[in-house]
Amino acid sequence: MFRVKPVHITAIKVITHLVCLAYIAVFYYWGFTDQLDGDPVKILIHEMGIAALNMLLLTLMLTPLAQTFRQGALINLRRLFGLYSFVFAVLHFANYLLFDLQLDWSNLFEDIIKRPYITVGFVSLIILLLLSLTSPMRIRKKMKKHWQSLHNLVYLCAGLAVLHYLWSVKTVVGKPLIYLFLLIIILSFRRQKLNHWIKRQFKA
Amino acid sequence: MLIKITKRSAEKESQVTDESIFNDRRRIIKGLGFAGMGSLLASSQHANAISLFGSSDEETFKQKALNFTKPDAFQIDDTLTPELKATRYNNFYEFGLGKDDPFENSQSFSTDPWKLVIDGEVEKSVTLDYDDLFSRFDIEERIYRLRCVEAWSMVIPWVGFPLHKLLEKAKPLSSAKYVSFKTVFNPKQMPGQKSRYVGGGIDYPYREGLRMDEAMHPLSFLAVGIYGKTLPPQNGAPIRLVVPWKYGFKSIKSIVRIELTEKEPKTTWSMLAPNEYGFYANVNPKVSHPRWSQAKERRITSGGLLNRSRIDTQMFNGYDEVASLYRGMDLSKYY
Repeated sequence: MFRVKPVHITAIKVITHLVCLAYIAVFYYWGFTDQLDGDPVKILIHEMGIAALNMLLLTLMLTPLAQTFRQGALINLRRLFGLYSFVFAVLHFANYLLFDLQLDWSNLFEDIIKRPYITVGFVSLIILLLLSLTSPMRIRKKMKKHWQSLHNLVYLCAGLAVLHYLWSVKTVVGKPLIYLFLLIIILSFRRQKLNHWIKRQFKA
Repeated sequence: MLIKITKRSAEKESQVTDESIFNDRRRIIKGLGFAGMGSLLASSQHANAISLFGSSDEETFKQKALNFTKPDAFQIDDTLTPELKATRYNNFYEFGLGKDDPFENSQSFSTDPWKLVIDGEVEKSVTLDYDDLFSRFDIEERIYRLRCVEAWSMVIPWVGFPLHKLLEKAKPLSSAKYVSFKTVFNPKQMPGQKSRYVGGGIDYPYREGLRMDEAMHPLSFLAVGIYGKTLPPQNGAPIRLVVPWKYGFKSIKSIVRIELTEKEPKTTWSMLAPNEYGFYANVNPKVSHPRWSQAKERRITSGGLLNRSRIDTQMFNGYDEVASLYRGMDLSKYY
């Protein structure tokens, strides 16, 4: 039977770097040189947001894939995929703050407080930040079992990110619903874990 | 990637090839997405799957040059939005939900023959065919600001005639209190009407409405052209409404029926989300959309990411002359 070997994982990592960095380079090149049809700011906000969501859902697919097809090596990709999700989310937010709001800080704070879709998006960005900061092996070892409880927040993050997308559009039928559907499938693989976790939260 | 960028600049000499290759390249990048996930999502949407493989060799819609006057009153100083942006960045859910979908999926849309019927509470109903749209009235160019409810705006030179001239031809009865508009229903040519996943779950045909005095206001305009040429499908060919002091979704596209009514007609967005979109939909910086602010807008002109284009939104989009239509009305209630 085919086994995913470390050399395959290295190859996937190299390809991931190439695709993600090229994607960023090309879109920003087009954005700065005004080669995107329509509103370059909105287009870049949208493309980077979708990319962040794609990488986040891909990250969450790795464990069920590894279990179902007995390919434990895939687990090694989670950190890289997750970090790229964070990179895209930062770019998504930076586009909004720098190019859309043009550093109007009071408007930013007002949006975060008053606009629920921005509130939930901001919360998922903060979660991604925490997970990224604690992703080096060194820190993981130091945190011991707290690391896993912190990183379980990734499910909340994915839920809020999809909600952020659903609330940001005029009608949800179409792509946003497809993302919701994908998220439900991904979470259904973790029914037991989620049930267990929710019960524990209520007991505590 | 750098190789592709060089290729694009090499194509620049021929405008037609340039655009199609440019759009194609964006589609390829988008389709690649992330490790196939993007293309997986794209192919689950039927129209995208078609455009992914089909439309790259297709020609763009043929627009014809128009003859028109340019009344001074409507030549404003605001910088025009480049034609390529106004004709590639559209909301026209009949052709898909993405901003580039209307262009991608509409280039083979057929507008001739066309039939526009004006009936309802009128003395005599009027029917216009395709040629009538361009010949029955003196056509003129008007530069209007267009403010989308999504907080972006454009400045667009429309070509057409005032709506009141058409309505007067039908001789409205005194019972006519409202005007209702309908977009063509043609699922064969409009993928969004065929599949609710392409068209956003909207109950088609798209419909809009105005109060009679709004419709008779000299600013209310029926456009048959844009940037000196006939409208391309993504902008609402062959005839569309332009009401510059209201959010863009009021300016209904590809109209086949104008009916004068006694009662306020149902309108598409207020049917879909009555708490977010009202019948009036006047541009109003003080009344937020429930999910975002309407106080500011980003003006789409030329210039890339660094273009500082964030401006304050004006009441009635700066068309103060319509204020008298709403005297005594609470515009936060009638949004």
